[in-house]
Amino acid sequence: MSFWEYLASRHEQLLIDTYQQASLVFQCMVLATAIGVAIGVLSYRRDWAATLAVTSTATVLTIPSLALIGLLIPWLGLGVPPTVTALTLYGLLPVVRNAIVGLRGVDPALVDAARGIGMSRTAALARVELPLAWPPILTGIRVATQMLMGIAAIAAYASGPGLGNEIFRGIASLGSANALNQVLAGTIGIVVLALLFDACYVLLGRLTIPRGIRG
Amino acid sequence: MAEASGATIELEQLTKRYPGSAEPAVDGVSMEIGAGETVIFVGPSGCGKSTTLKMINRLIEPTSGRIRIGGEDVTHMDPVKLRRKIGYAIQSSGLFPHMTVAENIALVPRMVGWSRARVRDRVEEMLDLVGLDPREFRGRYPRQLSGGQQQRVGVARALAADPPVLLMDEPFGAVDPITRDHLQDELIRLQHELHKTIVFVTHDFDEAIKLGDRIAVLRERSHIAQFDTPEAILTNPADDFVSGFVGAGAALKRLNLTRVRDVGVADFPTVRLDDPLQSIFDRLREATTTNELLLLDRRGRPYKWLRRGDLMRAKGSLARAGTLVGDTVTRDATLRDALEAVLTDSSGRVAVTGRRGEFTGVVDMETLLNSVHELLEEDRLAALEHRHDLEELRAPQTRAEQEGADHEPGERA
Repeated sequence: MSFWEYLASRHEQLLIDTYQQASLVFQCMVLATAIGVAIGVLSYRRDWAATLAVTSTATVLTIPSLALIGLLIPWLGLGVPPTVTALTLYGLLPVVRNAIVGLRGVDPALVDAARGIGMSRTAALARVELPLAWPPILTGIRVATQMLMGIAAIAAYASGPGLGNEIFRGIASLGSANALNQVLAGTIGIVVLALLFDACYVLLGRLTIPRGIRG
Repeated sequence: MAEASGATIELEQLTKRYPGSAEPAVDGVSMEIGAGETVIFVGPSGCGKSTTLKMINRLIEPTSGRIRIGGEDVTHMDPVKLRRKIGYAIQSSGLFPHMTVAENIALVPRMVGWSRARVRDRVEEMLDLVGLDPREFRGRYPRQLSGGQQQRVGVARALAADPPVLLMDEPFGAVDPITRDHLQDELIRLQHELHKTIVFVTHDFDEAIKLGDRIAVLRERSHIAQFDTPEAILTNPADDFVSGFVGAGAALKRLNLTRVRDVGVADFPTVRLDDPLQSIFDRLREATTTNELLLLDRRGRPYKWLRRGDLMRAKGSLARAGTLVGDTVTRDATLRDALEAVLTDSSGRVAVTGRRGEFTGVVDMETLLNSVHELLEEDRLAALEHRHDLEELRAPQTRAEQEGADHEPGERA
């Protein structure tokens, strides 16, 4: 069976897997962004806290993905919970680091001005600091998404959703007629998804970065 | 809309001590600032003038001491509420780059809960006030403005919610000298209209003289070396620190303090461009005292100086007769500007114009000299006495410098 014939015959299953992969990465990124920006906001003013945040999220990233999911299984069981936990943890580093860099990069004179005209600390953060730090944060989110897209394939190991299942099936039956097609279909699906996500981020940037600070 | 005029500011033993340093950054500043007064803090960098300013709106919390604004003790008030009642303008404008000009100006009025329509009207009013066309500038982003325009918007934002007090932290420090001069003139005009209480920090003594009703010369730890009117500081510096800060040429700087409208602006015989040629001829013949006429254009602005005989030589053509008017000064110009113009004019006089450039009179060398003499005569004694002290102090210093200069080439060789 040629690759195209394989795609035609299995397109339903492939579409479901692709949808699940996209949905998984999207949801994990929403979580990672919320947590990551929160960590950034809480830590960027204090040197030790910022160092701690960046170092610990960087440490998470050095754990091999297979090992991390494996370690989470006895704890959280199979399926979605360990997958989402692992992916969210992996997505944190770029978001946290860029949030800290972005927030620290805001001109102190502007923060001074914001406080000086009567903004509370929260208002200054929400209306001045975060909007100005948004472009680097968005870059962090973009990098994290690309990374998660690949790592998410490992989720199949824990019976998680996504295109990883296709790849794992192929690897498990190496030598059989459709093995190569399965691996190829899963891999290409992931690459195409990654490109689509990236295009969405470019669009999101155009829509959310104010004209006054667009490069 | 009625403009609230300024409120008094009283500082009482205001002190700032940073943890871990033995000396306080600001050491017991006490000062009373009248309502509607412009007070300038001037001093070398690092003298704590900015810290003192920031303690007034409590961007820096004082370690001890008391701040009263309009008689009300604000030392322990909610700082966010306090700051909404105090305008704040800083160096390089502090405009938020991700917001348009209108959004920047609208910030404080919105925060204090003005209605949408009122905020929109106010934004237009403020842009008009600082001399920017609302239609053109409302929707622009700060990076699309020049430095001077940004600074104007910064001032508009500081004044938007009509605060009685305005704090300005070296607001014109980052713009070029010509723009700075314009901005200073503009601030003087604004203050004539608004009568806010302004506290202004600068390290430029000339700026202080130009803008201040009173100047506080600060030395390290914000100790007040002298707090007085510009005239008094120029002619009677309290000590060597102050006179060092005043710098050379106090008499010339004194000219910056008096404006053309304060000295006699003399009348001058004029004719208008649209007068019949014959009557201009007659007037020239009649003019006995000066044998000169000033020809005004159709809008009453000075155009040409006409001497007797000029018209004859030009065969009756007004277009060719006479000499074009070069520099003019406004009634708000300083005597220094007027002197400059008179010195460069070949006949030693300069036309004074009103707001729209229309002719209002003439200032000549004689008027200027007389008024300068009067000004200086008032202060001469004090100045002389002071100069004597200063020379005694400087003599050993100069000698030391010369010796140092003698040594240098030897060392290099």
